[in-house]
Amino acid sequence: MKTASLTGRAAVVSLALLFCFLVAWHLATRETGTSQRMDPEYAKLMGVTATQGKSAMPGPIDVGAKLWEHLRRPFYDNGPNDKGVGIQLAFSIARVLTGYLLAILVAVPAGFLIGMSPLMSKSLDPFIQVLKPISPLAWMPLALYTIKDSSLSAIFVIFICSLWPTLINTAFGVASVRREWLNVAKTLEVGTFRRAFTIILPAAAPTILTGMRISIGIAWLVIVAAEMLVGGTGIGYFVWNEWNNLSITNVITAILVIGIVGMLLDLMLARLARLVTFPE
Amino acid sequence: MSDRFISIEGIGRSYPKSGGGYTSIFENLWLSMERGEFICVIGHSGCGKTTVLNILAGLDTPSGGAVIVDGQAIEGPSLDRAVIFQSHALLPWRTVLGNVAYAVSSKWRDWKAARVNAHAQRFIDLVGLGGAEHKRPAELSGGMKQRVGIARALSIEPKIMLMDEPFSALDALTRGTLQDEVRRICQETGQTVFMITHDVDEAIYLADKVVLMTNGPGAVLAEIVENPLPKERARSDFHRHPLYYATRNHILDFLVSRSRDFIEGARGAYNPREVPILRPGLPEPAIAAVQDASAKPNRSQHAAAH
Repeated sequence: MKTASLTGRAAVVSLALLFCFLVAWHLATRETGTSQRMDPEYAKLMGVTATQGKSAMPGPIDVGAKLWEHLRRPFYDNGPNDKGVGIQLAFSIARVLTGYLLAILVAVPAGFLIGMSPLMSKSLDPFIQVLKPISPLAWMPLALYTIKDSSLSAIFVIFICSLWPTLINTAFGVASVRREWLNVAKTLEVGTFRRAFTIILPAAAPTILTGMRISIGIAWLVIVAAEMLVGGTGIGYFVWNEWNNLSITNVITAILVIGIVGMLLDLMLARLARLVTFPE
Repeated sequence: MSDRFISIEGIGRSYPKSGGGYTSIFENLWLSMERGEFICVIGHSGCGKTTVLNILAGLDTPSGGAVIVDGQAIEGPSLDRAVIFQSHALLPWRTVLGNVAYAVSSKWRDWKAARVNAHAQRFIDLVGLGGAEHKRPAELSGGMKQRVGIARALSIEPKIMLMDEPFSALDALTRGTLQDEVRRICQETGQTVFMITHDVDEAIYLADKVVLMTNGPGAVLAEIVENPLPKERARSDFHRHPLYYATRNHILDFLVSRSRDFIEGARGAYNPREVPILRPGLPEPAIAAVQDASAKPNRSQHAAAH
């Protein structure tokens, strides 16, 4: 008998685990039948939770149905508090990408400067060390006060949280380019700019991309919290709004969607990283 | 020397010691090279050979003294002096052609891509890598990588090639073939070469002159051994030349014992500006004894015949 490939066997185990999880979830939240005799009027008031022993937690079938409903109509717009999940996601992704790309535009050149100049590295280090550990959400009040626009403040928060991993990785990658490659450039009398683009950039690209990948992960983590604060639109706002509506089904659906989008963003960066990686 | 193409004039290199003062790796080094000469430097690890080469390349600066190449003191690296690194130092994200073309386009910046590639291709073919020009360094064997390094150094048509133990990371067979290639190319192009090696046979096979360096710290150039072997020598029989063992033993003796106490042995007679030039001329006594031994039975045979 031929053994299946590792990928194939891993897929079988993954599916089995998913199945076990769904069954356990279903069993834990199913209806247990009428638990108490009560006055029909009272039962009507209490709802299924009390009358049939149904858990307040939705089961996998409820969530599946809700997800299907969202996927069928992702872009409906029934006013400020009732928009399709697709519209909410689009708002979130647009904010994340704007803040993230601005951060990359600042972090990569700044990282180059820090990596190439020991003076700048030493003099900027204290600032980076202090600013890096600040939770991006701590900037929110300051951003709201200075920018005076909730949507732009969210973008600023994304910008500030995406900045550090890329900046630090770029500086590290640039500073640790192999001496021998720099010596090749020196003996060929290659100028500073040409050296930066033809030796340092390709040599540091894998490290820079790793930083960018960490940045997009953090940005996607932070956008949910930021949108809960600024409100109005976005997947974070959607989660908070559905919590206020006590629609746990929608909250779980949104959690699932957030996870999948985060995974896709990471996959995109991983694909990009593979393009610039060179075998040694 | 009539044509002082390269003149190393009193260079030294020292590093600050922990606890004050300086450690001198080597000091007051004088050496001149003629155009088209192949010089090998032999010495133990730590005597500063690589530092001398880096100073010649312009990658390091001497603490004192100067190096003059073709009438000009060197100030930093130059396209006139190509370096072949011990670790080949190819750019792994470029192909073979890309690596050589990078050097070519650095030298002739206004050349069009087609001309750069054609020029690079010529040198890739010269080192016998035709057909592998679109491979990346990771796909090449150690010997092939070093060939690319040689092609890259040659492609910029330098006045001098500096080689820092270029073959030490290769297996014996590959090393042999590459030595042949380098010898052929250098003879065809009349290239001036300054090479560092640990390998005595390599030095005798390739060099016109072998420079012996004493142990550091405070290393000096002890002797310049002129290679007595004819310019036309072949790998297959250069070790059968009557003067081969004399040369080899002289260098080995130096490395084994004299490199340690050379300065004490010289008793102040050593003048760094006049490094003694030596030409091993006499066959080794051991060989002579063997010849005598083989000659004797002949004589007795003759005697018996008479």
